[in-house]
Amino acid sequence: MTATAGPVAPSRPGGSGAPAAALGALVAKQFSFWYGEKQALYGIDLEMRSRSITALIGPSGCGKSTFLRSINRMHDLLPGTRHEGQILLDEADIYRSELDPTSLRRRVGMVFQRWNCFPKSIYDNVAYGPSINASLPRHEMDWIVESSLRRAALWDEVKDRLRQSALGLSGGQQQRLCIARTLANDPEVLLLDEPASALDPIATQKIEELLYELKRELTVVIVTHNLQQAARASDYTAFFYMGRLIEAGPTERMFTAPREERTNSYITGRFG
Amino acid sequence: MTAPSPAASPAPPARWSGVYPAAARAGKLRRRHAVNAVMAGLVGVAAILATLPLVIVLFYLLKQGVASLQWHFFTNMPKPVGESGGGMANAIVGTLMLIGTASVIGLPVGIGAGLYLAEHRGSRLANTTRFLADVLNGLPSIVMGIFAWQILVRPVGHFSAWAGGVALAAMMIPQVARTTEEIVRTVPVSLREAALALGYAHWRTSLTVVLRTATAGVVTGALVAIARIAGETAPLLFTAFGNQFWSTSLNQPVAALPLQIYTYALSPYDDWHSQAWAGALVLIALILIISLIARVATRGRFATASD
Repeated sequence: MTATAGPVAPSRPGGSGAPAAALGALVAKQFSFWYGEKQALYGIDLEMRSRSITALIGPSGCGKSTFLRSINRMHDLLPGTRHEGQILLDEADIYRSELDPTSLRRRVGMVFQRWNCFPKSIYDNVAYGPSINASLPRHEMDWIVESSLRRAALWDEVKDRLRQSALGLSGGQQQRLCIARTLANDPEVLLLDEPASALDPIATQKIEELLYELKRELTVVIVTHNLQQAARASDYTAFFYMGRLIEAGPTERMFTAPREERTNSYITGRFG
Repeated sequence: MTAPSPAASPAPPARWSGVYPAAARAGKLRRRHAVNAVMAGLVGVAAILATLPLVIVLFYLLKQGVASLQWHFFTNMPKPVGESGGGMANAIVGTLMLIGTASVIGLPVGIGAGLYLAEHRGSRLANTTRFLADVLNGLPSIVMGIFAWQILVRPVGHFSAWAGGVALAAMMIPQVARTTEEIVRTVPVSLREAALALGYAHWRTSLTVVLRTATAGVVTGALVAIARIAGETAPLLFTAFGNQFWSTSLNQPVAALPLQIYTYALSPYDDWHSQAWAGALVLIALILIISLIARVATRGRFATASD
């Protein structure tokens, strides 16, 4: 794996005059969430810094995936859900009424546990997001596809078969294709919901190396059941339990000197 | 959970060989084999019986129809009794017109409705629509014909291809809607989520990802519906009505293969009987060709939607 350092894609035209401060900082303020009557999240206060990886850990059903999906409003289409509090992206609430969720989701990309490539060619999968804007010139689309695949460390493996079905790739490749597809939208935030839980250790390692590269440009938030993965791949860790944020902090401190007893029990494997 | 200590575990059960003598066991085994063979045979017979009508129909059609199936059958108009060289050119064209009209009206509405049923499955409108579609599916086709006559023939004052097409479309819509719904439901949720997460609006996700992934199934469903209406006679009796002359106007009565077959088969003339057989053969061939074309067209490189 040395091919990661392709040409680092410069930010696309349109994001002109980007301030020196990194974009994509996320802050949740007293964020609560309900599925119908059932409350899933209780007053979450959490900062997810830009240009770093934040891992959300906790036992099944603790609310970490619900929280992740709240960040790009994937719950919007579920009837009966509601929330209180705020999630700020670059200091603006993502639930403000004038913000269209589809434009939010282009800034906040998401990769799912089970890779979900479209039954199309590799090229068309990557081009799918950008092609929402009517018609880009051919050469520009080619450029976007190539740079996205390079950023996802997949270009060298697929450059000779861009027109073949994405479903012919291995699981790990398909998952990286899903990441490339998300990167083609040039998001500021990348959310990953257990992206490696169905992959073998080598494919997992590739994903982790990739995230390490990507965090130089993005805010990365990853939900994982794999504590070793959280420990080795993230900068910050947040521990969720029963819909509450128990503790959050730099990963090293969380794993060596947790302040909460429940955090300690979980990371040492006494429950969960 | 504590593992039971070896001492506390019960004595191993007596072996079956101790319960049943070897001879009895062999007898039971033989009986099981026999039952198995009989059941397998019965199911096999059922499978053959299921295909038997089709085979017989095809055999008869070929035997009776092929003789009359000459080139002029496709190019000539019907001729009076006794004159040879008559054909069904007008009925073939008329049937294609009716199928076309019905498809243009029925497929978009049916597929759209099916998409709605699948994407908004819980809503009251969806539940009502689904129920009504099921009722419509069971509606006798002659009732469709009366309905089309009432709203499209009577006000205008004359029969027309339009009315026939609408009657057939009304038969297609519920069927296409329900098959589309079933197919669209099989599209994995993960694909929808992927498109939504890329910033696609709900309706566009439905059209570009969901429907596209389900294309092969939706087309198959549409074809089954087309094949079904292509042979319908009852809804056409008082809408398209039939026509002994050449007509390609949607506003005029038009001939159709099923109607022509019906008329000729009821006639007392041997000549017309064999023409009816040939017409039936052409009708079946037409349906077969439509199916084959669409099959090939939708085979596509990425048509299979394994998740």
